[in-house]
Amino acid sequence: MLSYLVQNIFNALQWGSFYSMIALGYCLVYGVLRLINFAHGDIFMTSCYIAFFVIAGLTAHFAGLTGIPLFVITLVITMALTALLGVGIERVAYRPLREKGANRLYVVITALMIGFILENGNLALLGASSRRFPDILPKIIWKLGPVTVTNLKLLVIISAFVVFAVLQFIVQKTTLGMAMRAISYDKFAIPLMGIPVNTVITFTFALGSALAAIAGILFGMSYPVMDPYMGMIIGWKAFIAAVVGGIGDIRGAFVGGFMLGIIEILVTAFLPSSYKDLISFVILLVILTLKPTGFFGVARSTKI
Amino acid sequence: MSDETVLTINHLTHKFGGLQALTDINVDLKKGEIAGLIGPNGAGKTTVFNLVSGFYVPTEGDILFKGNRINGLKPHVIASMQIGRTFQNIRLWSDMTVLENICISQQYRLGYNVADAFFNTKRYKSEEKKIHDEAWALLEKFNLADKALDYPRNLPYGVQRRVEIARALSLNPELLMLDEPAAGLSTSDLSELISYIRWIHETFGLTIWMIEHQMQVIMTLCDYIQVVNFGKEIARGTPDEIQNDQNVIKAYLGNGEID
Amino acid sequence: MKNKSKKFIVPAITAAVMVLVVILAQLDILNNYYQTILMTICINVIMSSSLNVVNGYMGEFSCGHGGFMAVGAYVSSVLSLVLFCPGNSITGKALLPPESAMFLFPVVILLGGAASMVVSLLVAIPSFKTRDDYLAIVTIATNFIITTSLNNIGIVGESRGLMGMKSTLSRMSGVIDLPWILIWGMLFAALTVYAIHRLMKSTLGQGISAVRYDEISAEIMSVNTNKMKLIAFTFSSGLAGVAGGLFAHMLGFINPSSFGIMKSTESLVMVYLGGMGSLSGSVLSAFIFTILLELLRPAQIFKWVIIPLMLILIMQFRPEGIMGPRELPQVFPKLRKLFPVNSDMVRKNQTGGEA
Repeated sequence: MLSYLVQNIFNALQWGSFYSMIALGYCLVYGVLRLINFAHGDIFMTSCYIAFFVIAGLTAHFAGLTGIPLFVITLVITMALTALLGVGIERVAYRPLREKGANRLYVVITALMIGFILENGNLALLGASSRRFPDILPKIIWKLGPVTVTNLKLLVIISAFVVFAVLQFIVQKTTLGMAMRAISYDKFAIPLMGIPVNTVITFTFALGSALAAIAGILFGMSYPVMDPYMGMIIGWKAFIAAVVGGIGDIRGAFVGGFMLGIIEILVTAFLPSSYKDLISFVILLVILTLKPTGFFGVARSTKI
Repeated sequence: MSDETVLTINHLTHKFGGLQALTDINVDLKKGEIAGLIGPNGAGKTTVFNLVSGFYVPTEGDILFKGNRINGLKPHVIASMQIGRTFQNIRLWSDMTVLENICISQQYRLGYNVADAFFNTKRYKSEEKKIHDEAWALLEKFNLADKALDYPRNLPYGVQRRVEIARALSLNPELLMLDEPAAGLSTSDLSELISYIRWIHETFGLTIWMIEHQMQVIMTLCDYIQVVNFGKEIARGTPDEIQNDQNVIKAYLGNGEID
Repeated sequence: MKNKSKKFIVPAITAAVMVLVVILAQLDILNNYYQTILMTICINVIMSSSLNVVNGYMGEFSCGHGGFMAVGAYVSSVLSLVLFCPGNSITGKALLPPESAMFLFPVVILLGGAASMVVSLLVAIPSFKTRDDYLAIVTIATNFIITTSLNNIGIVGESRGLMGMKSTLSRMSGVIDLPWILIWGMLFAALTVYAIHRLMKSTLGQGISAVRYDEISAEIMSVNTNKMKLIAFTFSSGLAGVAGGLFAHMLGFINPSSFGIMKSTESLVMVYLGGMGSLSGSVLSAFIFTILLELLRPAQIFKWVIIPLMLILIMQFRPEGIMGPRELPQVFPKLRKLFPVNSDMVRKNQTGGEA
């Protein structure tokens, strides 16, 4: 019984790590722009496909490349390319609206639509058959008593913590991070203070997308079956996690991701797995109704 | 001016989270008075209005309108009890005509429901006619009838202000709260505003409560003024008394010596 | 032309067009393919104009319209199967004789709409306290909750879906041979447009628009904003439910995945394409959108890249849509001759003149 519990806790932590990492990406962009980048889940999906093709390209040209070096190079290239994608989307789709002073609504709709384009563009270009993410790291299994833990599981969980730590550092301790936080409070006064708003926003998107890429590669390695819609549901769940934790605060996103992972594993332990999604969304609805700012969030009031 | 009290506020204290916005505010408005509420920026004047309007529930204290406690009532309910209010910024509904602005403000007396609207019943028709007739009558009284089908954004600022005040009057209020009615007006418009408010006061027999920064307006119109600073009342009295009150002068001008 | 008789021009034209369509259908000049397109246009008109009440007139951002369509589709389908279709997957036997289908079909559709209205409270009530992004999420979450719930309900076939609704239609045609689904489609579409027009013209309905422009001053001016939101959401969702019922019977087969975010997106595209707060815009864009989708059919999956792209471009270059917030008679003044003058807009002592 205990081993079953511990095993499931590891599963929950792994699953939650993905939610956390993606939630952190949402959180960054929301924290700065007050924009829910609905395309984020699909950027995650796209990064997974990018990694797939990067690996295919690398292994075709450098036959000797395997294991950890292959992993690291793939990681770096994929992060760079995904960051480019994120920045590109910001430049082409969001910035023009921002500069026009368009209603935030229009940007949110645009984000939703970009997500669809990524999904269906993938489907259209690459076809409906699902692909399998290649195994690039050798599997090492440790047995701690009756509990089985793989190196991959640990890597995922540790990555989530590392990512969070790095983000916390950037946001709290660097000037750039301060600029990011400042913009969220007052977009108009900030340029007057000499802060290059566009640069900071570009950086935010790049960072958020790179994070999605880390999650994307690890996800592909953990659950090798890929399909164009894989980002949608995970994206939504991660978004729920961010809201539950308190969107706008990265601690909230981080904790929220793990909370959701644990809740889902608990649900699948006791109920048919088709209820998993339903319960997550019901939780979202309940939290939004009772405490829309989530656990860590702070309410922003409007002056009448 | 009679002795009948229209609005009583007892020991009103309000906190926004940890911020103490108002401390022990007391107000006693008599029917037919024109009263003023003044004080430096951020003193809490608009907060008092917002509390009376029903946007916040007071942390402590009572607000009584004609003897009835209105703490915690929703703003539209308070409005239907015949308290009218304007805002510092003009908040007319921009994509609706002046006439529509006045009509919508009569929602409190809407005697029909959705079904009546769909089926174009007799009740719908007669209620709509009543509302429109009222609106036209009001506009004519205010000399705005020729602007009825215009959109507020196409009208000069001074006219928009008049429309806004007219709209507040479509509630048939007994108490009219004006939040900085002179905001944005040039000095030449001020005397026009003063006569306008006087005319409203006489024609409609209202009690008027005004927040204002323009001393000319306040001193000329008000029978009675209260001064707040940092959420507390620092003085009250007639315009003459207020002008000579040391606390008031200190609050506005500071402690510096004037030669 | 006398003002009073002007009231009948537009309804008369509409009725004439409907009769013409039915005749053409009977003569098979309008074959099944065109009938389906026309039917889809009617459904889209209902979806688009109903969503416009919430997203356009009231200025909210409801992204879950597909979910309410689903509720109506499923409820009316279940009722239809149980009442009219022998051999249905739910009870096996039909409860009522075939002739009753003709009279009770609209009732079944309306009951689907009523069910949607009830479910829409899940969104309407949170809307009292939340706005903008948060409300958008609530609506999307509700959409997901509806579809995932349906995926878990065995009686309606879970993810496999429900079928057999065409049997109801054949029962109706068995009594009088007419293209019933087309007739009801057109009738409901026309009634929807009429109902929305009446609501938004009334002072009550204008309260809904006031919420969009300035909710706070609306409250101050005695508009019960919560009541406005309740009316807007339930009315809008009820109509989506009606559209859902018609959709279900037209296709004869439904499953939860047809009512997800993609379906909601279609409605969003139509509303913003037509123009927020413009009823004629919504109707126009329903036509344009349906036809465009048909023309893009050869592009297959690229269709679903083009549609989101369309909406993005609309957001970038013409966010106010085709009509902006204006109605057809305002854009083409000559059309004013077709509509009666709104007598309230004219001063009592003015003679003649148009508003």
